[in-house]
Amino acid sequence: MTEEPKDTCDVIGSQKTNPSQDKDLAPYIKIKVLFFARARDLTGSTEICLEMPDGSTARDCMSKLLIEFPNLQEIYNSMVLALNEEYAPESTILKDKDELAIIPPISGG
Amino acid sequence: MDSKEIGCGSCGADLLGEIERLRAEKEELESRIHLLEAQIKPGGAAEKDRSGNCSLSSLSCPQMNGATLSGLSPKMIHRYSRHLLLPDFGVEGQLKLSKSSILVVGAGGLGSPVAMYLASCGVGCLGIVDSDIVELNNLHRQIIHTEAYVGQSKVKSAASSCHAINSSVKLVEHREALQAVNALDIVSKYDIVVDATDNLPSRYMISDCCVLLDKPLVSGAALGMEGQLTVYNYNGGPCYRCLFPTPPPSTACQRCSDSGVLGVVPGVIGCLQALEAIKVASAVGEPLSGRMLLFDALSSRTRTVKIRGRSPLCPICGENAAFTRENFQSFDYENFTQSPMSDRSSEKLNLIPESSRITAIPKSMNIPLSNLEDKLSTIDSALKQAAQDSGKCASLFVVCRRGNDSQRAVDYLSKNGFPLAKDIVGGLQSWSQDVDHTFPSY
Ligand SMILES: [Zn+2]
Repeated sequence: MTEEPKDTCDVIGSQKTNPSQDKDLAPYIKIKVLFFARARDLTGSTEICLEMPDGSTARDCMSKLLIEFPNLQEIYNSMVLALNEEYAPESTILKDKDELAIIPPISGG
Repeated sequence: MDSKEIGCGSCGADLLGEIERLRAEKEELESRIHLLEAQIKPGGAAEKDRSGNCSLSSLSCPQMNGATLSGLSPKMIHRYSRHLLLPDFGVEGQLKLSKSSILVVGAGGLGSPVAMYLASCGVGCLGIVDSDIVELNNLHRQIIHTEAYVGQSKVKSAASSCHAINSSVKLVEHREALQAVNALDIVSKYDIVVDATDNLPSRYMISDCCVLLDKPLVSGAALGMEGQLTVYNYNGGPCYRCLFPTPPPSTACQRCSDSGVLGVVPGVIGCLQALEAIKVASAVGEPLSGRMLLFDALSSRTRTVKIRGRSPLCPICGENAAFTRENFQSFDYENFTQSPMSDRSSEKLNLIPESSRITAIPKSMNIPLSNLEDKLSTIDSALKQAAQDSGKCASLFVVCRRGNDSQRAVDYLSKNGFPLAKDIVGGLQSWSQDVDHTFPSY
């Protein structure tokens, strides 16, 4: 499998309410969200792109994900949230092209 | 035929050349070994101390593996010569390894490569703890076991494999489940713990135990096509609870016996666990502490993510943690995680594969419990059709894999227009045992 270019992954976040052409008025940033383990089952994806208003935090991003994928609530309280492969508190402000990973624990062996 | 003879002629010359090269290489190695020997044995006459040094250790798990007080025996030098030649590992690394004792919790998919590599690489003492029995459906991933051991203790089987690989390693068999009541006793005898278990309560329990006893914990997990690896409680790094203070619901943490796993995936993670354990034991390199390695078999990708440091608020390892050994021993890990330690009683409503395409009883309909509500009319028309075909009133029987889901289904059906629905006790497993021996169990 080849690495998917960042701007061609599925964009979640409806284009109607967050029109990208309004970028001049209200700048938007694109966030790549990676799902692991149970988060893959719950969302049916390994990665998606989210359009978020500039200045959004990791928490805002999670809130949006929980609206798109209410099932994610199941793992919301027990997961590792990594921003660009590093631990990040939910209050961290996101930048364009940031990569947010949602990592619930696996327990099998 | 001609070509064969010609081939042999040139082959002979090739072989002679190869033998020549190998001889030169052997001489080179031997001279380097002698050099190393001279470095580690002041006086150069320590060979006679070869064996019997195990008793020098005050612990019940001897921490010497044929090593002399001052260094490695000639046998060890020969056996581990490829380690000794490594600039980053060398004699010092091998000596530390030979004096270390490592406990592997779980002799399954993860524990198989862990135990085999730790035995082959020459740790001083290797303990294996597990209460399970080898089953045929373990063998696709639990490569330490052979068909001859099906039905026997996993620990016995694993220890026999390890002994066959390296008879100089002291093996300790703990043929019991590691639980809060015995964990402190068992774990305290070892320097390093490897979590190769398959369930959530054991993971919390082992992590808590390692914090209490200040043991580094090499933790691996695998399910489906993914694996995870972290070293916990190492050099002030986080523990399992720092990362996951709240256990995920049992639905979020499935088991291989319910969700499946590609055999080699725990193999990959287990090998990496062995590597981390060796690094910690020999004080070589940078163990995977404060980081988590994620392995994705489908895309052949590995990522290493920096995770949080030790949480000051952690109830177990945090600054004000008041978790005592007594607390530990009476802590109910199964209740805490709402999940059983033993795989054999693991059945939970949502753990059953949504739709089983593995096996089916003839003339049956396959309906996942979660879809039952939507399928009531389908069941109704199937019953009417059956009654029409046979001219008798049709009976409705419900069967699932182990007999728990079917009870719930019958309960639901009886309240929703099918008062005569009956449950087949024991599920497909009993069907295969008691009714149709050719019916596959899984
Ligand atoms: Zn902790």
